[in-house]
Amino acid sequence: MPWTKILLERDVPGYDEGQGGRRLSFAEAVREALDQAMARDKKVFIMGQGVDDPAGMFGTTLNLHKKYGPERVFDTPLSENALTGVAIGAALSGMRPVYVHNRPDFLLLAMDQIVNHASKWSYMFGGNVNVPLVIRAVIGRGWGSAAQHSQALQGLFMHIPGLRLVMPSTPYDAKGLLITSIADNNPVVFIEHRWLFKNSSHVPEELYSIPFGKGVVRRSGKDVTVVAISYMVIEAIRAAEKLKEEGIEAEVIDPRTLRPLDEEIILNSVKKTGRLIIADTGWKTGGVGAEIAAMVAEKGMGCLKAPLQRLASPDVPTPSSFILEEAFYPGQEEIIKAVKNVISI
Amino acid sequence: MNKIDISADILIRLYTTILRIRKVQLKIEELYPQDEMKTPVHLCIGQEAVAAGVCLNLKETDYVFSNHRGHGHFLAKGGSLKAMIAELYGKETGCSRGRGGSMHLAEPGVGLLGSSSIVGGCIPLAVGAALSSVLQKEDRVSVAFFGDAATEEGVFYESLNFAALKKLPVIFVCENNFYSVYSHQSKRQANDDISMRPRAFDLPSYKVDGIDAVAIYLKAGELIERARRGGGPSFLECLVYRWRGHSGAGDPLKAEYRKMDEWEKWIKRCPLKMLEDHLKARRLLDIKKIEGTDRGIDKELEEAFKFAKESPWPEKSDIVKYLYKE
Repeated sequence: MPWTKILLERDVPGYDEGQGGRRLSFAEAVREALDQAMARDKKVFIMGQGVDDPAGMFGTTLNLHKKYGPERVFDTPLSENALTGVAIGAALSGMRPVYVHNRPDFLLLAMDQIVNHASKWSYMFGGNVNVPLVIRAVIGRGWGSAAQHSQALQGLFMHIPGLRLVMPSTPYDAKGLLITSIADNNPVVFIEHRWLFKNSSHVPEELYSIPFGKGVVRRSGKDVTVVAISYMVIEAIRAAEKLKEEGIEAEVIDPRTLRPLDEEIILNSVKKTGRLIIADTGWKTGGVGAEIAAMVAEKGMGCLKAPLQRLASPDVPTPSSFILEEAFYPGQEEIIKAVKNVISI
Repeated sequence: MNKIDISADILIRLYTTILRIRKVQLKIEELYPQDEMKTPVHLCIGQEAVAAGVCLNLKETDYVFSNHRGHGHFLAKGGSLKAMIAELYGKETGCSRGRGGSMHLAEPGVGLLGSSSIVGGCIPLAVGAALSSVLQKEDRVSVAFFGDAATEEGVFYESLNFAALKKLPVIFVCENNFYSVYSHQSKRQANDDISMRPRAFDLPSYKVDGIDAVAIYLKAGELIERARRGGGPSFLECLVYRWRGHSGAGDPLKAEYRKMDEWEKWIKRCPLKMLEDHLKARRLLDIKKIEGTDRGIDKELEEAFKFAKESPWPEKSDIVKYLYKE
């Protein structure tokens, strides 16, 4: 097995906008993970609409088809459901496919294979078979993309037993978690965010693996806990910087994986601060924020000094008009407002 | 090869395979009212020739993906009878450790990588396994077994297209028994010639009498060999008849939903009887030997049911086990 000797996470600073060292963009980090995984293990292959196109899926698969050939990096017809089944079938018989989707919206076409098949196959057959499959999708946002090209569906996938759900916010995490996802013997839904792609951070050149279920404290603070998902980590850090100027110290937690979820890091923080904001990129009702809130209510009730608050998009499909987009997406201003609100109680 | 040349050995193996499946299904039907097999069973009585005819051409290393009506495929491919019956009884010794039930049988050691109870669900899995064989340069073919209603699902066409596009070693086998639960094919499909449709993808497609095990064996053999040599995917529609209802024992509502003239015509056609006629024509029919085989299967069945009944239940505290593989 080529995957047993990968370095576990090193003690590298998390979101390190100002740090030196080797830096890659999020997109480059994803690409490097794929490249190094494919070099290490011939069983890894990449499939998806446009994985071999000149833009290389926002740069994440750029020219990998030239390096590894069309057998291992191939474009696919628009048959999301069957092709997810194809990926599952390949995973059942010795391969490690990475199926790249443009957006989570298109995963809805493949829900039968993802939920009825991939997530259940190991359990349904008493562990006699397993599905080492990675499904990548990139949340869209902005430029009037509108309802069917902007969905952040992690709430749906967090609900399904048998799936891993990974949402990195930094290039360092993207590479390390994608390596872990490919090495994992189970189906992983790996959701990225368009607005993270140009961000850079330190990314070691060697192969490294970040364990699932381990979140990171992006910023330490004593006054309020802000658990932020995916791109909201960026907004949360910016909000925390502004709040610091007003003497409020916000602790920003980045869970990095939602299934499994690092409950301990969240509960420890809430124990310290007594106040909780959850900022997700999806809808509020029945979303990731709802699950985290419930978990804290179950296990950390005594720690809360004020009701928690969830920040998410309003429960409507994403509108196209630029002005309405501004109303749709919460950002640092909304986080600051929520923090001040929760502190005043 | 034609019917005259087919070897005595193959004829006898076809017969034995079908007889065994038939007797297993009848036994399950007989004991089902005891309510100890607490799982929906979808018996393949009458349809056994397809499983036998196709699987006898396959190696242990070839892959088979099946569906809710999968007992025949499981047994014909070499799955363990004991493990299958134990699975129906929900026991820890079941092939799926009691987690799957009748509709989810698998035995990866003999190429049975799973079965789906979502109609059409297993079809792309078989295509994926075929892709895998090509990428790993292995001499394996994959077979997907499904019914007529599966050809109404979009995933069927998506799978045909991709298999044809990539020239994958997968054989699509459709058991057309004309019914989807109570609903006749004529009410569901604009054109009932299923074997015509794969040709839209330039995929070789054939129709065969699903009661004739020899015809299935020969045609499937040709298609499997073709796939093995790199000739790509193909499709085989087998016209069969489901002698029982969609699920469970008997067919209590038969008169309400079936075309009775069709019933009269098809119920006379038995794959075992047809093989007996073949054997007789070749002077290979050995009644004593058949009776011996019959008794052997009876004994095997007795042991399997005993094993299942005496096997331990899964531990309730193990309910979360097997969700992930470490």
